[in-house]
Amino acid sequence: MTLLTVERIKLFSTRSPWWCMILATALTVGLTSIFAATTKSADLSTLTPSVTQFAFNFGLVVMMVMATLAVTTEYRFSTIRSTFLAVPTRTPALVAKAVVVALLAGIVGEITAVGSWGVASLIQPDAPLGIDTAQEYRNVFGVGLIYLLSAVLALAVGLIVRQSAGAVVIELIYLLLLENLLPAIPRIGDHIQHWLPFTVGNNFIVAGQPETDDGPPAIEGMPFGPWGSLVYYAAVCVGLFVIGLILAKRRDA
Amino acid sequence: MIEAQGLTKRYGRTVAVNDLSFTVQPGKVTGFLGPNGAGKSTTMRMILGLDNPSAGTVRIDGRRYSELKQPLRQVGALLEAKWVHPNRSARSHLRWMAASNRIPAKRVDEVLEIVGLTGVAGKRAGGFSLGMAQRLGIATALLGDPGVMLFDEPVNGLDPEGILWIRRFMHRLADEGRTVFVSSHLLSEMALTAQELIVIGRGRLIAQTSTRAFIDMASESAVRVRGPEMDRLHGVLTGQGLAVRDVPAGDDGPAALLVSNSSTEQVGELAGRVGLVLHELAAQRGSLEQAFIQLTGGEVEYHAGAPAGAPNGSPPARSPAAPTQPTGPLPRGTEAVDATRGGDAR
Repeated sequence: MTLLTVERIKLFSTRSPWWCMILATALTVGLTSIFAATTKSADLSTLTPSVTQFAFNFGLVVMMVMATLAVTTEYRFSTIRSTFLAVPTRTPALVAKAVVVALLAGIVGEITAVGSWGVASLIQPDAPLGIDTAQEYRNVFGVGLIYLLSAVLALAVGLIVRQSAGAVVIELIYLLLLENLLPAIPRIGDHIQHWLPFTVGNNFIVAGQPETDDGPPAIEGMPFGPWGSLVYYAAVCVGLFVIGLILAKRRDA
Repeated sequence: MIEAQGLTKRYGRTVAVNDLSFTVQPGKVTGFLGPNGAGKSTTMRMILGLDNPSAGTVRIDGRRYSELKQPLRQVGALLEAKWVHPNRSARSHLRWMAASNRIPAKRVDEVLEIVGLTGVAGKRAGGFSLGMAQRLGIATALLGDPGVMLFDEPVNGLDPEGILWIRRFMHRLADEGRTVFVSSHLLSEMALTAQELIVIGRGRLIAQTSTRAFIDMASESAVRVRGPEMDRLHGVLTGQGLAVRDVPAGDDGPAALLVSNSSTEQVGELAGRVGLVLHELAAQRGSLEQAFIQLTGGEVEYHAGAPAGAPNGSPPARSPAAPTQPTGPLPRGTEAVDATRGGDAR
């Protein structure tokens, strides 16, 4: 508990987390409201809960950057040494950081998801935006879980790379380029795609959604169902974080 | 008390710290003296568990740093003043450090008061001057009211007022019975601050001794003497068992004799007894810096010339490019390296 308090003080005593949280929320909710406002009345029937989440990746990237910076700025300003002086076993401090950052990202994720859905319902009260099925619940409320796990992954990358620019570039290139380009490889591309972490994580949200959607696309033939996908994604994130922990423990601070 | 035993740190082929053994006693300010790049900071980081030693151990009151339960309550350290997030206020920085070791929040205001930063506690630490940052670092070290304190080059870049403040402050800490370990590359500074000295060069221990003994040795006095009958003078002085060196004519004046470990009284009386005329009789004291360089002679540079693939990083003294042992004679009362090492065997 003590260390959670410590990490909370650290996170909120600088300004960048606040900016990231505001930016993440404004981006997703803002884009969704533009989307909802410009939907023609003829297409109103396609404005489903899953479509309101089409922009969640924008907020996700911002929160991943926040999570990365939470650890890389510690290296940048050598406060990691102060941290390790206070907690020489290192691991508890880093786990506490991951818990605080991940919870925060999860909460922001929920706010952006519910906010996006809510703002769409306000702008287009006649659209079919009711949340009834399990798929629709996952589609809106599941977004926070993906934020939470992605924050752990981003923190792990930060811990391994220890350098803000490098870590953020690696994350963005992987998330925005590699995961989209690898499936284009002939013959094996589709098989690779089924195991790419973000694609599988995304499957937790979109699995089983109606095909006509404008929302994040669902991919056919995924190896896991929605919850299996979430477990797989969680395993990747936590696995990477454990590697980060081992490295942090071994390396000279 | 800090005890290091065979402490060694290698980075690839470079040996930053080489088989270092020493003890730092409580109730005294112990100086950790060595030229830049001698391995002082690396040693301090190993004491604090930030760097893992390649070999050897270092214990604080009998335990390794990583074994301490709430380390900030036992060990306070100021290794670098800038280990603070520049956008965080001084108070926030101290608040999280205090919280991590369950130190009550009111202690934060106490230490801010002690170092005189109360007025700027809410300001971003990034805007602090070096002197203020240094004070914040000291406040951090004081948070847990620890019995062991480490400072790495604490007066670097400070103005005279700041230097005086830190010097007095460390004396007070030692007078309170704490273990105070201060590193510096300036012998003149250590002469005023430390009672004990641990001197290293190129990562190896050169001496562990009292500051007084070290300075007596370092500022070895000599007498410059000159007269019309130099040969006879030379004979008389060496006849008394004194070490005499010829100084050829140069910038310092005409040719003269230099008598080490003597006094003008002694030389003057000897000359008078045999009726020798003297034209010059003067005491000469080498500067502390000169002596320090002589003592750590050649230990200043990084040893780039170490033979490739030396097993277990053989001591640089054995490599052809490196100079041999320090040239200065070790005075009485100074434990030489080997004596220290032998005495610590448990």
